[in-house]
Amino acid sequence: MSSQVSAVAPASLWEGGQSPYRTNSKKFGMWLFIISDSLTFSALLFAYTYSRVATPGWPTPFHFSPSIIFSSIMTFCLLTSSLTMVMAVHSMNQGNRKAAAGWILGTMAGGAAFVILHLNEWMNLINNEHITAFGNEFGIPLFGGTFFALTGLHMTHVVIGLIYLGIICQAVLRGKFKAEDVEVSGLYWHFVDLVWMFIFPLVYLMSAKI
Amino acid sequence: MSAHTEDAIHEHGASIPTFARVWITLLVLTGVEVFLAYEQVPTLIMLTALLGLSVIKAALIIAYFMHLKFERLSLFLTLFPMMILCVLLMLIFLGDAARLPGMRPGA
Repeated sequence: MSSQVSAVAPASLWEGGQSPYRTNSKKFGMWLFIISDSLTFSALLFAYTYSRVATPGWPTPFHFSPSIIFSSIMTFCLLTSSLTMVMAVHSMNQGNRKAAAGWILGTMAGGAAFVILHLNEWMNLINNEHITAFGNEFGIPLFGGTFFALTGLHMTHVVIGLIYLGIICQAVLRGKFKAEDVEVSGLYWHFVDLVWMFIFPLVYLMSAKI
Repeated sequence: MSAHTEDAIHEHGASIPTFARVWITLLVLTGVEVFLAYEQVPTLIMLTALLGLSVIKAALIIAYFMHLKFERLSLFLTLFPMMILCVLLMLIFLGDAARLPGMRPGA
């Protein structure tokens, strides 16, 4: 009798337990990736900030129209795509694969709009403000270098996210993958959104020219 | 982790109206940030306000959209204190960056 009781008794969390985080291994792996990637973005944001603090006359090339308006719309696109991603996970948990695929496509549309608007913003800076990654009219090449490195890495993450969601979406429609797979891809997408919540104010709004 | 354990994980989470409220809050906070930029408030106040708002927005996204509020505390304690410590350690060079303009020749 006593051996039966000990067999069903939960093991202590500090001894490893049966499932110390009560989460699946894919989700935990994605969390570890997100934490390491957040340190990469933190390092780049600090590099941008330190360059700015150490350089008198840091450029403020972002006019309210179009730069700040465009970047605000980009923020709206990303935030809305996060909501649609949450809905995709919710639909998958309910077992509604068709609705989940629809929400994932909506998420991809938000991400694609973000990339298009961002490239348009880059073109505006390059063609109208004459700012490149290696030089600008302000005589502070560090601005272009740090700006394009930071926003470029973020845009790369968005593009990779779009490809990732595309793969997940077609698999969901074909009856493959479980709800947890959609949830893991959602974690990645929300992280991309999260990073933009720091880039938008620190890079764009702090350098706004009204 | 065994497949049996993974299947046995019970799903908890917020409801759709909660997600919608979080989304609206995030949009409103973004609107406040843009308003601060438009009003061109002093740099230090603006930086403090923008960083504060960004941390609130990040916390909302992590807690609700990324579901961390509904995960075990052990997951949060494993991941976040270490990450926050590493980010804070990057502040070490702020003093050097701030001193640099005064150290330039002719400054």
